[in-house]
Amino acid sequence: MLHIYCPYCEEYREEEEFHPHGQAHIVRPLAPESLTDEEWSQYLFFRKNPRGLHHEMWVHAAGCRKFFNMTRHTVTYKILETYKMGQQPSITAEDTQ
Amino acid sequence: MSQVNRLELGGRINRHKTLNFTFNNKTYQGFEGDTLASALLANGVDVVGRSFKYSRPRGIITADAQEPNAIFQIGSNDASTIPNPRATQTELYQNLVCNATNGWPNVDFDLMETVGKVGGAAMPPGFYYKTFMFPQSMWMSYEKIIRKGAGLGSSPLQPDPDTYDKMHHHCDVMVVGAGPAGLSAALAAAQAGSRVIIADEQNEMGGSLLCSTQLLDGMSASAWVANTLSELEQNENVTLLPRSTVFGYFDHNFLGINERRSDHIGETDSNGTRQRLHKVRAKQVILATGAHERPLVFGNNDVPGCMLASAISTYINRYAVVPGNTLSLMTTNDNAYKAAIAWHDAGKQVTVIADTRPIPEAGTEGDLVKQAIELGIKVLFGHAIINVKGSKRVKSVEVAPISSNGEKVEGEVVSYTCDTVASSGGWSPVLHLSSHTGSKPVWRDDIQGFVPGKTEQAQLICGGVNGVYSLTQVLNEGMQCGAKASQAATGEPAQEPLADQEPSAALELSAELEPSAGKKLSAEPAPKLKLVEPSSAPVIKEPVEAPAMALFHIPHVKPTSRAPKQFVDYQNDVTAAGIELANREGFESIEHVKRYTALGFGTDQGKLGNINGMAITAKSLGKTIPETGTTIFRPMYTPVTFGALSGSDVKHLFDPARFTAMHSWHLANGAEFEDVGQWKRPWYFPKPGETMQQALQRECLATRNSVGILDASTLGKIDIQGKDAREFLNRIYTNPWSQLAVGKCRYGVMCKEDGMVFDDGVTSCINDNRFLMTTTTGGAPAVLSWLELWHQTEWPELEVYFSTVTDHWSTMTISGPNSRKVLEKLTDADVSNEAFPYMGWIATEVAGVKARIFRISFTGELSFEINVQANHGLHTWEAVMAAGEEFDITPYGTETMHILRAEKGFIIVGQDTDGSVTPQDLDMNWVVGKKKEFNYLGKRSWTREDNQRSDRKQFVGLKPKDKNFVLPEGAQLVFEPNQSIPMTMVGHVTSSYYSACLGHSFALAVVKGGLDRMGQSVFVPLADGTTVEAEICSSVFYDAKGDRQNV
Amino acid sequence: MSNIVNVQSPLYHADFESLASVTKEGGVSLREAKLLGHLNLRGNSDSPEFKNGVEKALGLTLPLTPCTSLQNDDATIMWLSPDEWLIIVEGGQEATVEETLRANITGHFAVSDISGGQTILEISGPDCIKVMQKSTGYDFHLKQFPVGKVIGTAFAKSSTYIRRTSYDSFQLVVRRSFADYFWLWLQQSSKEYGLRITL
Repeated sequence: MLHIYCPYCEEYREEEEFHPHGQAHIVRPLAPESLTDEEWSQYLFFRKNPRGLHHEMWVHAAGCRKFFNMTRHTVTYKILETYKMGQQPSITAEDTQ
Repeated sequence: MSQVNRLELGGRINRHKTLNFTFNNKTYQGFEGDTLASALLANGVDVVGRSFKYSRPRGIITADAQEPNAIFQIGSNDASTIPNPRATQTELYQNLVCNATNGWPNVDFDLMETVGKVGGAAMPPGFYYKTFMFPQSMWMSYEKIIRKGAGLGSSPLQPDPDTYDKMHHHCDVMVVGAGPAGLSAALAAAQAGSRVIIADEQNEMGGSLLCSTQLLDGMSASAWVANTLSELEQNENVTLLPRSTVFGYFDHNFLGINERRSDHIGETDSNGTRQRLHKVRAKQVILATGAHERPLVFGNNDVPGCMLASAISTYINRYAVVPGNTLSLMTTNDNAYKAAIAWHDAGKQVTVIADTRPIPEAGTEGDLVKQAIELGIKVLFGHAIINVKGSKRVKSVEVAPISSNGEKVEGEVVSYTCDTVASSGGWSPVLHLSSHTGSKPVWRDDIQGFVPGKTEQAQLICGGVNGVYSLTQVLNEGMQCGAKASQAATGEPAQEPLADQEPSAALELSAELEPSAGKKLSAEPAPKLKLVEPSSAPVIKEPVEAPAMALFHIPHVKPTSRAPKQFVDYQNDVTAAGIELANREGFESIEHVKRYTALGFGTDQGKLGNINGMAITAKSLGKTIPETGTTIFRPMYTPVTFGALSGSDVKHLFDPARFTAMHSWHLANGAEFEDVGQWKRPWYFPKPGETMQQALQRECLATRNSVGILDASTLGKIDIQGKDAREFLNRIYTNPWSQLAVGKCRYGVMCKEDGMVFDDGVTSCINDNRFLMTTTTGGAPAVLSWLELWHQTEWPELEVYFSTVTDHWSTMTISGPNSRKVLEKLTDADVSNEAFPYMGWIATEVAGVKARIFRISFTGELSFEINVQANHGLHTWEAVMAAGEEFDITPYGTETMHILRAEKGFIIVGQDTDGSVTPQDLDMNWVVGKKKEFNYLGKRSWTREDNQRSDRKQFVGLKPKDKNFVLPEGAQLVFEPNQSIPMTMVGHVTSSYYSACLGHSFALAVVKGGLDRMGQSVFVPLADGTTVEAEICSSVFYDAKGDRQNV
Repeated sequence: MSNIVNVQSPLYHADFESLASVTKEGGVSLREAKLLGHLNLRGNSDSPEFKNGVEKALGLTLPLTPCTSLQNDDATIMWLSPDEWLIIVEGGQEATVEETLRANITGHFAVSDISGGQTILEISGPDCIKVMQKSTGYDFHLKQFPVGKVIGTAFAKSSTYIRRTSYDSFQLVVRRSFADYFWLWLQQSSKEYGLRITL
């Protein structure tokens, strides 16, 4: 059971209030029609599965209903930061290498 | 007195309260304060079960959670029975009924024993794998026999009569274990002003102090415990949880605790909560879980009467039970001498102490050793008990000198008569909880045990779990830990260190004091705390102890493989010889050894045997223990009942049931209900004596011929407001919304980015900046979240807001040629076809309350969907029913709705689609916008190669050749009925009904290339072996032109 | 056609009127604050025209601190998210208040009348905190959950907004369709303390 800091409610809440939404920072291509099937499939289907730091999108489903991002370690489950939609992570895998 | 082994005086039992209990149909007496195990020992019961594989008689070995043998079926009837609690942890209550779990048919005469004895040599480790896996098809029947013989207990056959619940807690410092370390840590943390929870699995807090004979500041250990508990109880920031096992330690300092609230009182508790599962989120966790004593591994060390040395001390000091008359002790350390001294002090005879360590130089003996010698007990240094004689009780032991490294017997074997054997191979820290969070244990040579390693949790450890065993040090470390945890949790500076001793290495290793966190950690400043003067550690006279010897496996004159069985894991009958055999067969990693031999796979998770098993593997492979691997424990620490885990979320509270405002009417009018998501929706309304099919036909015909009414309140409704609402709809829906005028409604389909249909519904234009979207009943929460997702993450620049209004509106649909006549009686509004055409909506009053009426149709008939504020829902429904009486208005449920819409070929998302169906597959190209500017969700994927295939499964109608046969929904379809199995399947039936209006059965289906196969046959092979034929046809069966809804 | 409109709150079927007369004792008290006006308000709190408009319409400051609420004699505003608030007014006033809000706010905003869609359960009494601890994972210590705070959270197997109105009293904002589940859950959770229904 993770303890998650909601950047909008500005406090820690129990994991059961949240839903995970997979990898963060996946941007919808601006002109889908100009992409090849392969390029489009990269956007649709392919996701990272790192051992280590991962940026994930979550939603505070039972709370403020806001989506936000999280930098989480997939081995230790440690959450290094949560940040609002539109912001960039301040900690990345490169930083920690 | 029948309690033959009970001492006249002493113990923490209430001799004024005698409790009767039944074990294997025989009645015994014990006292309040007894465990079931201490009561059985008091009564001289030796054999409490039979072993798993060899079916050997087994007795009680321990006095704690490690117990592998005394595992019972407890409870007097099929409702209250519990499989597999440990007698050592079961408090005795009046009229307790229990039976040995393993030991079929009974513990004293056991059929399996014959198998065990004869087949002993033929049942090496891996027996089940090697023998029973072939032929594989027979495994199921083998398993039944093995399970019965192995006796894993039986489940209750009747519903559990008890109540269970859960409770959440938050605290600064969670202390696990209320022994000397835990109590002093809790006290220090509480005195520093922290919110503290302290939990302990036993009925009384105090841990090892409850059976200690040491004096603290000149007072008895139990008096110190009472004083400390009293101070903790008076502190309002402290929660004490006795009888509460911390069974799991999860991420981010989250702990699960099972509190047994009434198990000690009786079988069932009809008034209160029997067990409560506490969920604790702690800023800091202090593990003060102590240590478990390790037995030594020697020949026939499982004969009843063989026990842990510390268990003997506990039974004598805490329960006033001496479990025998003559004791032999084997030990690698000084501490175990306490058992022999207690035995002697109880007036019983100690035959011999075999101390495996070499003869000490004169004057270097530890204090306890000296004391034993002064008491006249025979102590043999450099000796070991290599074998035990006896079957249902120890009769004698064989003692021999051993080499100084403990690997060989070197000299003559002498036999000593005794009925009890105590052994001690040292102590293993109870690091299970630390293990749960993924922390790898670390081996420490100085204490010959694993301790918790580096952790990600905000965790501190103190006392036995940290390899600290002297009471003075334990209490000091507890206090330091408590102060440190409190400081880390509350931000208050710690008081001056209480002891001048350095914190131990492991304490620093595991301590990560900063809570793991997001960006903004402390939203509010730490509150001012009232600090209490911290207590100082008591003065204790500690016995001087000589170093222990690292020894796990006692040698025999014969090699291990030929020596008498030397048990390592009692629950799974794993022997030293078995482990060595596994090593010889190439299993070298301890994880493989465990899986091959089943070491540690019992309900005790190898608490007693794992370290010994690793030591034997290490020795046989010529490695050190840490090189062999480590030992990882997983939740639960001890088994937790399903009742506690489910809590109150059972029966009617298992899943919330959602109701519409008209539910009471549906109930009163005999509706049968169907679960749609969490909603209870009327399924059909049978009249007395009607079958379901008769009711459906009546409801369908009434709607097609006159008027029917449906409670449609469960449809999702989303209020969409903002100047960009229209643009947002254009991006979310596949069809265009730019031209939808105020007062008009339109059907829309949503796809996910992969192009597959995800939801559908009608959206109406309220005004230029406001739309009301409806969704499917089950899809409502997902659709709202979908809209928010795209708005919040991709298109925040669009000025639009979404609010759910599903529950605000009660919705009733009146449908059928007479529906307008009914409506006209209820409203002053002009509802003629001219004034209020199809696919429009109006705001008006119905039955005296404000309403919105939508002229949309899911049945194909003239329909009006009346929406009123839900507090007026039942009022309006009843008014409509009254107005419709002259037209015999007929309430119908979801099943009739399904039939009527299917006759029209209207899809139900989630029934006719499954997440792999595009609008094109549904032959719904008309709902796909061709000229929309924005490349809306799903569009790009339709041109993906796979979605262009001509043999995709497409949505069609099916007419069974047998007009009365209703195809089963989900049935697979084939083109060629005579092919061999496995057949090539070409689709499946998605919806199937008998139509009273059409006079025949019909179905909807997806069929490969189906849209180009009109008129062709498909075949439906059925489960009974027969095959039926159906013709592929249009999915629209009724009123193809759509005239009826347009009048 | 009768002019009498039979108005039913979400817990109408539980018949609190009768229960109130038979349940006099208990560590937990429960009351349905029924048939109030509920308005969902959306808007950009950075926009002065929105903030000022709300203030002018309600005579109440828009709470901008997360998880807080403000109230006067006529209305309560609860912060639900950075751009969402719940306004509670006297039953029957919701349409007027909605009109007033629309008249006073310019720019991008949304108001939805959800009065039929939810109800408020008031739970109080010496043992009510224990019932709350059984129902939700939030910390009910006053330090973490002061009077006036509002949180959206999971409640048993449903969800709710909880507002603390005193040390031992809370309001639960409950969706109509889940009201019966809350009623069943609260009966079960308060059984050991005794449940008293008040009007």
